[in-house]
Amino acid sequence: MKSFLERLLGRTDASTRGIAKDRLRLVLLQDRASIPPEQMENMRLEILQVLQKYVEIEEDELDMKIERGDGAVALVANIPIRRVLS
Amino acid sequence: MAENARVIVVTSGKGGVGKTTTTANVGTALAALDKKIALVDADIGLRNLDLALGLENRIVYDMVDVVEGRAKLRQALIRDKHTQNLALLPAAQTRDKSAVSVAQMQQVVQELKEEGFDFIFIDCPAGIEQGFKNATAGATEAIVVTNPEMASVRDADRIIGLLEAQGLHSPQLVVNRLRPEMVKNQEMLSVQDVQDVLGSGVKLLGIVPDDKDIITSTNRGEPAALVKESMAGQAYRNIAHRLLGEEVPFLDLEVRTSFLENLKKLFAVRR
Ligand SMILES: Nc1ncnc2c1ncn2[C@@H]1O[C@H](COP(=O)(O)OP(=O)(O)OP(=O)(O)O)[C@@H](O)[C@H]1O
Ligand SMILES: [Mg+2]
Repeated sequence: MKSFLERLLGRTDASTRGIAKDRLRLVLLQDRASIPPEQMENMRLEILQVLQKYVEIEEDELDMKIERGDGAVALVANIPIRRVLS
Repeated sequence: MAENARVIVVTSGKGGVGKTTTTANVGTALAALDKKIALVDADIGLRNLDLALGLENRIVYDMVDVVEGRAKLRQALIRDKHTQNLALLPAAQTRDKSAVSVAQMQQVVQELKEEGFDFIFIDCPAGIEQGFKNATAGATEAIVVTNPEMASVRDADRIIGLLEAQGLHSPQLVVNRLRPEMVKNQEMLSVQDVQDVLGSGVKLLGIVPDDKDIITSTNRGEPAALVKESMAGQAYRNIAHRLLGEEVPFLDLEVRTSFLENLKKLFAVRR
């Protein structure tokens, strides 16, 4: 919801300038978070090693990826645990 | 001879955004301020810097000749027409980027330093491959040129990451070909927009308007920085002063929107 003042100043996100800025923000977020496959694999293995100190993991089912949503990038991991080590 | 040269690579990622124009103009402006300048055309195979400076007819030897031992560096360096302070090391036109290695490039830069220049500017080719690696190899500072346009800003961001990886931190940004009229009409990214998306690690060095003087002065082989009344020329002269550590306000390129115009716009929307 644009304020009266913003409209008075001629700022509207429907402008191509606003659209370009929004699109750029998002694409840069993605570009910056894209990890080369080799590095991704190394990261996966290292995270796994840490987790395995505490829990037993279903390694075949392990799923880890970078996800891009609305205005944010996240590392999403689905790690099935067989049992907790104690 | 004192070796105090600042070695600055002028780069962009995307092609055609104004690296060569910026190199020629900033170099020319600094030479006019009595600094000793060497301009290195690292765009091997696509030689252009000579044209921007009007020196294309004086080339005898080029960088590849130096690297391969057919010429001494001093033989290949071309003195500028306008000032004794400026010299060009031309690129080879008939070879490709693989003709020079990173180590050879570093050697050339080292030799230029020993010549006692104050500034050595390296005009980088477009892209992120060998040519980029060569051009950045000997540099200790970087200028990133971008246009206020999506693909160009995206590539600038990529380049900033790659520069970082090479140890070239906090590059300085030149926003080239700004069209204030379009920004005013919300049709073009503003300089602030570009800075916002690139983040605070990048320092703004200059704003250069889109200006036909750039084309006419290139036609003549005389950088616009030599043309007193040129807006783009003034922008480049200001960049030269900033590189010397002086605080120069940015050109006021903003086209002011009158209160009345805004009111009109407002009512146009509401109708
Ligand atoms: N501020 C400006 N106003 C108008 N035209 C410009 C401006 N800056 C550059 N140009 C024009 O844009 C074109 C490309 O400029 P230039 O050759 O400097 O870009 P470049 O980044 O070196 O390109 P390349 O990637 O091919 O080396 C040229 O024709 C030049 O005259
Ligand atoms: Mg060029």
